[in-house]
Amino acid sequence: MIHLVLHDAKDMVAVAVVEGIKAGTDLNAWIMDDDRMITVKAKQDIPIGHKIALTDMAVGDTVLKYGVDIGKVVAPIKTGEHAHVHNIKTKRW
Amino acid sequence: MINQNTTFLGYRRENGRVGVRNHVIIMPLDDLSNAACEAVANNIKGTMAIQHPYGRLQFGADLDLHFRTLIGAGSNPNVAAVVVIGIEDGWTQKVVEGIAATGKPVTGFGIERHGDHETIMKASKVAKEYVQWASEKQREVCNIKELWVSTKCGESDTTSGCGSNPSVGNAFDKLHALGSTLVFGETTEITGGENIVAARCINDEVRSQFMAMFDRYQEVIERHKTSDLSDSQPTKGNIEGGLTTIEEKAMGNIQKIGKKCTVDGVLDKAETPTHPGLWFMDSSSAAAEMVTLCAASGYVVHFFPTGQGNIIGNPILPVIKLSANPRTVRTMSEHIDFDCSPLLQREMNLDEAGDKLLEVMLATANGRLTSAEALGHREFVMTRLYESA
Repeated sequence: MIHLVLHDAKDMVAVAVVEGIKAGTDLNAWIMDDDRMITVKAKQDIPIGHKIALTDMAVGDTVLKYGVDIGKVVAPIKTGEHAHVHNIKTKRW
Repeated sequence: MINQNTTFLGYRRENGRVGVRNHVIIMPLDDLSNAACEAVANNIKGTMAIQHPYGRLQFGADLDLHFRTLIGAGSNPNVAAVVVIGIEDGWTQKVVEGIAATGKPVTGFGIERHGDHETIMKASKVAKEYVQWASEKQREVCNIKELWVSTKCGESDTTSGCGSNPSVGNAFDKLHALGSTLVFGETTEITGGENIVAARCINDEVRSQFMAMFDRYQEVIERHKTSDLSDSQPTKGNIEGGLTTIEEKAMGNIQKIGKKCTVDGVLDKAETPTHPGLWFMDSSSAAAEMVTLCAASGYVVHFFPTGQGNIIGNPILPVIKLSANPRTVRTMSEHIDFDCSPLLQREMNLDEAGDKLLEVMLATANGRLTSAEALGHREFVMTRLYESA
């Protein structure tokens, strides 16, 4: 089963594509652009559609998804944690 | 798989354009005339009133857009004939003359000095003639490139950018190669991906027109915003679905223009394309507004990818919904015309998803009702530029 998808091998976050991902679960992530799989362990519950960190990120880091800048880190994020509005913010507006 | 010989059965109109529906519409010029239009549509079976709340004391570019939207919607080839009703004759006739340029039957009625009763009676007699005339129209074989296709996504989530939007992009790449007339837009939702769209523009002239539209919208936001827009773009629904920033949303949005399409021209709101290719229309990202503008520009079929489950339809333009979110497909199945969630489990590839979407498009063009049509979703929402005089 594919639990997560990401677009580009450089992406720092992946998207949950199944419901009910629980903390502690080993997850299969599909890198769509390269058509290959990687794994990551969930540190927190991840709702479907929400993102999980694939790497540790510090405040001020740029978050890459689709291989491009989608915003900045505003609270530290560890690999396997939920990455969303509580720790990532837009650089625009 | 489509090719240059692919055909569908459409209605060829007096001006040569091809439609996929055969509507007789009762169109109010203004808010005051909705009641009379509704009464005519109740009297004459098979007609449809297109209610809206505007048309009084607008001026300048906002008034121009009002007329362009009504005339464009009435001129859409999915419409066989039109009855226009307004409070007075002057602006009513302006809409009538605009639609009459297509050669289709159209008659206008002003309510002043007649009242609702007499207007409804006279308009009903004309509407009855029109609907009987239209009911004799036969579909004929048309080439796929005569089908104008628009797209706009809604209630997006992260699965939109991974599955449903790239499916539209794959279908658009294939249609573009055949010389179809296509459109996308949502100016604010390009934010963070504007350089990618600019790079896809066919030449410097189109690129500078696109960037001028993008920059102008950013200025509107700068002028009116009271926060960083984090509560509006992404929307609460987007955030609930997992989208975090406008840049992330924009990258998902622009998957709809595929990997090969060039951006061949730009359109002002409700403006009609002048040649085939993919157009960017300067437009709001609000679903019903954008789809209504596409109808007014003359598009006859719409691809609407959704993540969390936007349920929009349009009275004139059939809206085809697709979703890659398995929860949305499970909980809102009656709204979804094409389930592309197998893409995210690698059970279907993007080429297959694009082909399947094109199959649904051809079935819709041949007359199959979309989910939104069957459910009665007829959101006709006009874009306003500023306050009335």
